[in-house]
Amino acid sequence: MSNDLSCRDVVELLSDYLEDALPADERERVEQHLEVCEGCRRALEQLRLTVRLTGMLSEDALTPDTRAALLTSFRDWRTAPGAGADDPA
Amino acid sequence: MPPDPDADLVTRLRAGDEAAFDELVDRLGPSMLRVARMYVSSRAVGEEVVQDTWVGVLRGIERFEGRSSLRTWIFRILVNVAKTRGQRESRSVPFSATAGSDDDRPSYEASMFRGADDQWPGGWSTLPLDWRALPETVLTSNETLKVVDEAIASLPPAQAEVIRLRDVLGWSSNEVRNALELSETNQRVLLHRARAKVRRALDEYLGGAG
Repeated sequence: MSNDLSCRDVVELLSDYLEDALPADERERVEQHLEVCEGCRRALEQLRLTVRLTGMLSEDALTPDTRAALLTSFRDWRTAPGAGADDPA
Repeated sequence: MPPDPDADLVTRLRAGDEAAFDELVDRLGPSMLRVARMYVSSRAVGEEVVQDTWVGVLRGIERFEGRSSLRTWIFRILVNVAKTRGQRESRSVPFSATAGSDDDRPSYEASMFRGADDQWPGGWSTLPLDWRALPETVLTSNETLKVVDEAIASLPPAQAEVIRLRDVLGWSSNEVRNALELSETNQRVLLHRARAKVRRALDEYLGGAG
């Protein structure tokens, strides 16, 4: 290996690496390691694909009932914006 | 912070513009439902949480100062409403601030690495599976996505929150930190752990050893 990071260390840094959150010197050490290490390149690719697949999960749309209720809330609010004192924020 | 792309919507909302409201509900509704569902027991209650949140948003919009983006502000309200609702349901509530040392399982099994007395301690003894060799149709099949979904559902709540916002919904890490009131480090650690577990579940499914 080209520096002091072992493969075991590198795999724990890959998420931060993908987040571009590593300090510059550490990032460089990870990149140097990746250049010479097929195992860690595979691990990086596994993590990249994990992120990509996670991003493919679908979302549920609100039901028409909820949409209708929201519209009613909106119209009520427009008529009397000050109504109701509690604010959950 | 770049200017909020939704600044215009805020003005229109304040003016009572129904189309602006519709647009926002369309865009944010599904993500809001997903986040709400992390805190409450059923989809129906989740929808109520979303409804209550919008009521809170409308009541508060006059006082919204634009210090965070509109979206972040709305999700903060949502998380508060959902947590309160979840507590009332006495469901175990995700609480990001307590996130942490529940598990420090390494990303890959120790058995995949060489031992301390080896010539290359901590180097691979078994290479991870090369996912690039798998056909795209297998990788992105519904079955594979189901594995991802189930893996996220079984995460500790704080990790699930972070990975849903960051990787499922694609928020920036800053937005995630703001909405969940996490430190930068905490957010990164939670994300790392969550991704590691999802990766592991995928690897087991796809036939790897680790």
